[in-house]
Amino acid sequence: MSAAPAPASRSRTFRGGVHPHEHKESTHALPIERMPFVSEYVLPLSQHIGAPSRAVVEVGEKVHRGQMIAAPAGFVSVALHAPVTGRVTAIGLRLHPNGRMMPSIVIATDPFDSQRVPETQPVDPARLTAKEMVALVQNGGLVGLGGAAFPSHVKFQVPEGRQMQAAVINGCECEPYLTCDHRLMVERPETVVRGAEIIMAQIGAERGYIGIEDNKPDALAALRAVAPASIEVVSLKVKYPQGAEKLLIDAIFRKEVPAGGLPLDIAILVNSVATTAALADLVDRGIPLIERIVTVTGPAIARPRNLMVPLGTPLSAVIEHCGGLLPGAHQVVLGGPMMGMAQKSLEVPTLKGASGILCLDRKSAVPLREYACIRCGRCLEACPMRLNPTRLAHLARAEWVDELEAHQLMNCFECASCSFVCPSRIPLVQWLRMGKAMLRNRKESA
Amino acid sequence: MSTASPDLVLSTAPFVREGATTPRIMAEVLCAALVVALAASWNFGIGALLTVAAATAGAAATEWLFSRSETPSRLRDYSALTTGVLLGLTLPPSMPLWMAFVGGVAAIGLGKLIWGGLGQNLFNPALVGRAFLQAAFPTAITTWSPPVEPGGIFSLPKSLLAAPFASGAVDAVSTATPLGLSKFQNQLTEIGPLFFGNISGSLGETSAALLLLCGLWLGVRRVFDWRLPVSTLLSVAVLSGILHYLSPESNPPPFFMLFSGGLFFGAVFMVTDPVTTPTTPRGAWIFGIGVGALVVLIRLYGGLPEGVMYAILLMNAVTPHLNRLTQRRPFGV
Repeated sequence: MSAAPAPASRSRTFRGGVHPHEHKESTHALPIERMPFVSEYVLPLSQHIGAPSRAVVEVGEKVHRGQMIAAPAGFVSVALHAPVTGRVTAIGLRLHPNGRMMPSIVIATDPFDSQRVPETQPVDPARLTAKEMVALVQNGGLVGLGGAAFPSHVKFQVPEGRQMQAAVINGCECEPYLTCDHRLMVERPETVVRGAEIIMAQIGAERGYIGIEDNKPDALAALRAVAPASIEVVSLKVKYPQGAEKLLIDAIFRKEVPAGGLPLDIAILVNSVATTAALADLVDRGIPLIERIVTVTGPAIARPRNLMVPLGTPLSAVIEHCGGLLPGAHQVVLGGPMMGMAQKSLEVPTLKGASGILCLDRKSAVPLREYACIRCGRCLEACPMRLNPTRLAHLARAEWVDELEAHQLMNCFECASCSFVCPSRIPLVQWLRMGKAMLRNRKESA
Repeated sequence: MSTASPDLVLSTAPFVREGATTPRIMAEVLCAALVVALAASWNFGIGALLTVAAATAGAAATEWLFSRSETPSRLRDYSALTTGVLLGLTLPPSMPLWMAFVGGVAAIGLGKLIWGGLGQNLFNPALVGRAFLQAAFPTAITTWSPPVEPGGIFSLPKSLLAAPFASGAVDAVSTATPLGLSKFQNQLTEIGPLFFGNISGSLGETSAALLLLCGLWLGVRRVFDWRLPVSTLLSVAVLSGILHYLSPESNPPPFFMLFSGGLFFGAVFMVTDPVTTPTTPRGAWIFGIGVGALVVLIRLYGGLPEGVMYAILLMNAVTPHLNRLTQRRPFGV
């Protein structure tokens, strides 16, 4: 298995996919600003895939910014840190952006504190064993910042005897509207490259690749200027969902990750630029994951911005800081417009995995009127996994679980390209999600 | 620290969509078909518009009758109107209007509704309507009146207004279509009239030039899958080219095969019906090639001068199989 990429001078890409309007022009040139501290932060113990963190502070306890307030509860779990110096005022159920009441730690900010993160001893990654590094990342609270929020340390633990070929850094940012990764790459290219080198050393890969869609020429230039010879900066065509890791690998290496498998199976590891930079900050500066860059944008926000937001800041505060919602605001989405979650209450907090706050007005909202499927086949052409979404939706509606499995439903990663193109406005990806839930239920009850 | 949140609406991703909607796709096909209907009335007189209107009325009335409890009405997706207009355009000029109306009823009733409505039918509804008329009124549907003389646009053939089931309904002056001339009298029509439409034939099929423009428009707008018409036309051109090369006396040249009869109309408006054609790209190629091959076979070796309708209906029948046979290999499998 060699990881040598196909020679290509032009931008590379994958088959299938869709071309949504980019809508990035209102924020792609805006430098990252700091969100001021607010009076209260809500930190759900479950902000990642896997077991929720276990609270290690008590109500009334004073915490300082960057202090661990919840510890990992198992291997697929990470720590959680105070985003602000203050006092724990409650530990209990709070509304989570996923729509449920979830256990959370509430911290009231100390208004008189300087809010400086205590400097810790920088770690020399070369002097850590691979195992120590995994522990450092887990206790640093690091998760995939691209949206899935999968604990990073799990990926950094390479099975024994596995020779990794390449570390891929994902700077595609293929979701419309979002520009937080773009700004990070333009403003802090050295940090991204530094993180990439740490990952390569950790997993024992000699080659690194940074994939960036070619609508971000400044980011491509910035990273090419600082990348060493071992790291190739790869230009990719603008197409959704190029940032899905399997499609990114397909575009760079012309290799398909086996269905049901992980990039690890073909000796490749993918991390987003945001995660990579957070890793460099953790290792070099000792700063755990206590804040992230969030793009606040959309036609219904007064002043679109790229903001560095402490975790747990209520959406209402972020929106207010951006001038508030404009009249006619219709939907507020946490994340991007293709895979994000609509919110009913603005009192929910920002999460580790939330890269955007998208404010849509009535005009840009999608009417829910549905028509009969006319079998036009557009969803088949859009599906990057080459599934048959309309057939799968019919099967899910009929609860024909065996057929769902035979038609490779579990390969669907819910990019929503099918729903995006469907002229009959059938909520295809929604049916596919329900079908996947049926398959999981059956597996569990079996 | 709390802003009064406005009444936010919950829905699931994606929150952006591509512009095309099913009613809009249907409406664009409908507009293109209406342009062809206007051209037909220039060629055959305003009786052409009446025929199209009668077929559309039959189609719309049937759709309305069987879905009147639904709000908003199913007519709002324009699919029944499109079927009606397309059926009307496949009919000969001077066919009695009541027959066209019956054809519209059959197209929607037998071609669509009994299958379960839009998206469920196996066969192209407009062609089901036409096949019904061919079986029911074989004389009327093969009586081709010639194009009107200049200035005769407003003259109506008497047969058009014949009362239902009256005998001798069809008394129009009949002439042979280019395909009929070729098949039965071995006489080829020049490419000029074939291309611009000053010939006899069904209402919508005579001007290849106009149909080509409509096809380009609908293709550029991505209203249909371009593979379907392209593979159909290519298939006819290649197969008839080979046959003409092997025996130039008995087989007409490819240009004649391409531009005569209902081939262009079928390729632009019938082969492109998404419901009754394969969903997979490879299936679309096979479908078009199959239609083309059947058209050539029926025209040259069958008993009928024209075979586009049966070619498409036959390929419609194998569409589910084509979909199954041409399933793609999923990513990573």
